[in-house]
Amino acid sequence: MDLLSQLRGQIADFSAFLHREGFVDDQFTQLQKLRDESSPGFVVEVVSLFFEDCEKLVNNMAKALEQQIVDFKQVDSHVHQLKGSSSSIGAARIHNVCIAFKTCCEDQNRNGCVRCLQQVNHECIQLKNNLQTLFNLEQQIIAAGGSIPAKQ
Amino acid sequence: MCSLQSSITRSKVMAGGDENSDGGKTDFHVLVVDDSTVVRMVHRMLMTSLGWKVQEAKNGKEAVDLHINGAYFDLIFMDMEMPIMNGPTATRELRAMGVKSNIIGVTSCTFESAHKDFIEAGLNHCVSKPLTIAMISSFLPDSNNK
Repeated sequence: MDLLSQLRGQIADFSAFLHREGFVDDQFTQLQKLRDESSPGFVVEVVSLFFEDCEKLVNNMAKALEQQIVDFKQVDSHVHQLKGSSSSIGAARIHNVCIAFKTCCEDQNRNGCVRCLQQVNHECIQLKNNLQTLFNLEQQIIAAGGSIPAKQ
Repeated sequence: MCSLQSSITRSKVMAGGDENSDGGKTDFHVLVVDDSTVVRMVHRMLMTSLGWKVQEAKNGKEAVDLHINGAYFDLIFMDMEMPIMNGPTATRELRAMGVKSNIIGVTSCTFESAHKDFIEAGLNHCVSKPLTIAMISSFLPDSNNK
């Protein structure tokens, strides 16, 4: 098997894994298709922007939850923003944690919020690492003279 | 065709916005109103892929200001929760100004009551995020509305 075929196989397997494990959903696939038809760097760019936003929101939520009197409305508004952006890029696990997180905010459950925040942080790190692996594989394909395969 | 709409100067103000690099397959102008840079970027790409010309606003006030300055859009996608001016307030203001464009509310909120309130502000439709190509395409007007 030549290098390109090997790499394509790896990407297909890894993409299937990301979907199967719920890291990403069909919305992510749709964005990848857009990349194929228009700006090639679009997915990397929007994902980078997402993680920058994620980091800011997580820090803001952490600060808010450290206060003696927690402003749950403020925390909720940060969760709401993360919920919207995560669903827009297809970051399914992060989106699902945000749903639970919102419930904790509505219940004014500080401990629940802290647990959800830890989970959001964990999922962000996992997804970032996984997508970096995916993008690295794509770069290897391009370096080997191939083109990025569209998801079947 | 609404007489109020025709009295609004139909200048396609592109302040701060980028045109489609391919010049657009259609002369269909859309305004994306959302405080999230990520969401605006995704929505822009989805709509640009359909050949639409896209402009962005970071909040309801920017959207209203664009219209005050004479901008016209065939379709407006309006986020619900935004700082400075939220979606329902911006929608009410636009309708009060006589803006007749289709305004589609876009929200992460799943409560039906929130959708209902937003719709009552003057929306044509309200949908939940994430926006998909299929969803966006369904808002293309039929020839009667052109």
